[in-house]
Amino acid sequence: MSAGLNADPVAKDVAEPDRREVRQRLWQQLPLLIALVVLWMVLWGQFTALSLVTGVIVAIVVTRVFYLPPVELSGRINPWYLLVFLSHFFLDVAVASFQVAFQAVWPKPVPHSSVIGIQLRTRSDLIMTLDAIAMSLVPGSLVVEADRERSTLYLHTFATESLEDVEAMRRKVLVVEARIVRAIGSKADLERIRSNGPRAAEAHSGEREARS
Amino acid sequence: MNLDLVLDILTGSCLVLGAFLSLAAGVGLLRFPDAIARMHATTKPQILGLLFILAAIALQDRRWTTVLVLLTILVFQMLTAPISAHMVGRAGYRTGVVAPGSLLVDELERAIEEAQRDVVEESPDDSNPPPR
Repeated sequence: MSAGLNADPVAKDVAEPDRREVRQRLWQQLPLLIALVVLWMVLWGQFTALSLVTGVIVAIVVTRVFYLPPVELSGRINPWYLLVFLSHFFLDVAVASFQVAFQAVWPKPVPHSSVIGIQLRTRSDLIMTLDAIAMSLVPGSLVVEADRERSTLYLHTFATESLEDVEAMRRKVLVVEARIVRAIGSKADLERIRSNGPRAAEAHSGEREARS
Repeated sequence: MNLDLVLDILTGSCLVLGAFLSLAAGVGLLRFPDAIARMHATTKPQILGLLFILAAIALQDRRWTTVLVLLTILVFQMLTAPISAHMVGRAGYRTGVVAPGSLLVDELERAIEEAQRDVVEESPDDSNPPPR
């Protein structure tokens, strides 16, 4: 997760970029700028011309001072699958929250945990990050380590009593990844999800499961 | 039964649910065995607990400026909680606060060993620093 956040000084210090490049970079940063202006106006609690102008100034200063490499959007969005992902996500959060809460309160020994590595199929930093955030917000799983080079997430999984529980969590992560890719992933990632379904993922996990 | 009564009952149940989840987070913090398991208790039921509390506020104060601020609070909680949980979990794993014996399956340990072996055999690599 942290590897993707390192500022890239090369992109900033391009000597005399031509006009098209500038326009393209502005276009890429526009969603972030708009979000910052809206946030500024919400925090002030007023939607006036003054808060708009000050918001634009603050947004530009903030994006200049705290420079981050632009997020690469795929340019594709499917509102229906976005809705499917979000509703599944909130349902998961609700169910799992009460599960972990009851495990905390119930007078029974706390079950064993596991650390499992899951090879994702996407090559996009954004989708890997969103998958990690989604899995982290759902109780019972927590991202301990992310290997960006190999698109692998290492999850600490709460309450795994058997290897079936481990495999269930592995499938879960891949299902969540597939939902995110269907919602906002690139065409190439969609192809990868289709050709490399959960069955292939299980075969991969079978290799790792041959423990010494 | 008028609308205000219904809204008051909804607000009350949201507050009770949110309070229960926060209490469970506190109990989990005391009962769970190691640092990472405790992160499960503290960060997770709290997201839903916060959601319930914010919903209760929104039901009582039905102005859209308030709702926007509440949404902002929720979004920032959801963005920052996984990152803090990840940093504590990562540090906890690498400093050995998590006893490997307490885990059923541990696939990260082998990956770290392999990465370390690669570092020793090849040239030093900044992307996989030795963990301990």
